[in-house]
Amino acid sequence: MNVAVSVRAYAAKSPAVWIAATAGALALWFALYWRLEEFSGWAVARLPLPPDGHLAEAARFFVFDAPKVLMLLTLVVFGMGIVRSFFSPERTRALLAGRREGVGNVAAATLGVFTPFCSCSAVPLFVGFVSAGVPLGVTFSFLIAAPMVNEVALGLLFALVGWEVALVYLVFGMIVAIVSGWIIGRLHLEGWLEEWVRNVRAGESVVIPDHATVIDRIEAGLEAVRDIVGRVWIWILVGIGVGAFIHGYVPTDLLASIMGREAWWSVPAVVVIGIPIYSNAAGIIPVVEALLSKGAALGTTLAFMMSVIALSFPEMVILRKVMTARLIAVFVGVVAAGILAVGYLFNFLFS
Amino acid sequence: MKTIKVLGPGCKRCQTTADILRAEAERLGLAVEIEKVTDYAEIAAFGVVSTPGIVIDGKVVHAGGLPKVEDIDGWLAA
Repeated sequence: MNVAVSVRAYAAKSPAVWIAATAGALALWFALYWRLEEFSGWAVARLPLPPDGHLAEAARFFVFDAPKVLMLLTLVVFGMGIVRSFFSPERTRALLAGRREGVGNVAAATLGVFTPFCSCSAVPLFVGFVSAGVPLGVTFSFLIAAPMVNEVALGLLFALVGWEVALVYLVFGMIVAIVSGWIIGRLHLEGWLEEWVRNVRAGESVVIPDHATVIDRIEAGLEAVRDIVGRVWIWILVGIGVGAFIHGYVPTDLLASIMGREAWWSVPAVVVIGIPIYSNAAGIIPVVEALLSKGAALGTTLAFMMSVIALSFPEMVILRKVMTARLIAVFVGVVAAGILAVGYLFNFLFS
Repeated sequence: MKTIKVLGPGCKRCQTTADILRAEAERLGLAVEIEKVTDYAEIAAFGVVSTPGIVIDGKVVHAGGLPKVEDIDGWLAA
């Protein structure tokens, strides 16, 4: 008994045991994922459905996609949780403080992809950045990239739509963040921040020494899975449900005529529609997949996705605490213009 | 007696952080005074960007995410 307890205590502290367990879990993941289609096919065949028709089509989409998306999300979030344990907003701020615009915007957008960020701490982050001498435009580049270009969006796009679209999204999401931030910086709108934000005297930049061990980092990965997957799984199921509905019921001709390449007005329309729709990447990507497979144009679909993820009412409400409505309007306008440009560019390139 | 400040705008995690700190101090039999700082300007003045942050006797020891119990014991013992 005592031996068993001490063995367990030893194992819990041994990096080798943790690494081996992680490797084992990964192997199991791949083994499961490899057979997932057979499994889902078997499950669909057992469903009491007519072999053809709308309902079967929709059910098939759901049964195939739901486990696939949830498994992939878990893997990607775990990996990114480990990567993110090497970054912190405090360190990112220290890297960005006093940076010149231009280079600073690029650095901010890049760090935005890797730095742990949650919209609940957007305000302390914003105030902390600006008060520590990170230029306003550079701060915006970070704030735009962080929610928009993230591991969940990229991982799911890669898995569901293909690596080409994932890469396009990564590159153009970054460009939108960099250019929008740069433009906001050139407009010199510091005076449009709330009074109290301008008066904050920043404390000395603290960077807490990072003494994380391998075990801490694996734990950080697991914690990220618990936190993120625990929060977004319901959105994913809703997203896949909507995707399943589109797959099964929306006629291809109709969608192609609304969101197809010929409909020039559809790009601004989807950007505007996307603003009040609030969903994270996890919920929207199954919808994106369904839209693309039904003949929606790539540029229009990308614009829709970026608008839904990057521009949201709740975020604006949070940001209102630190900036005037005018500044929020400029922020939304500039980002929306960038997204529009991406939409048109892709519809033009891939015609 | 140690003075502990929990920095955070009143989110759930900040409350949990304060609760864990109080429970650990009690378990170790240490007298502490825990104060919650919710004012954004004050939080920024500590140089903390991600919440919850923990300040013990004027020194920032933690920022972002829930603290680990082993770490808390170390801070309280120091």
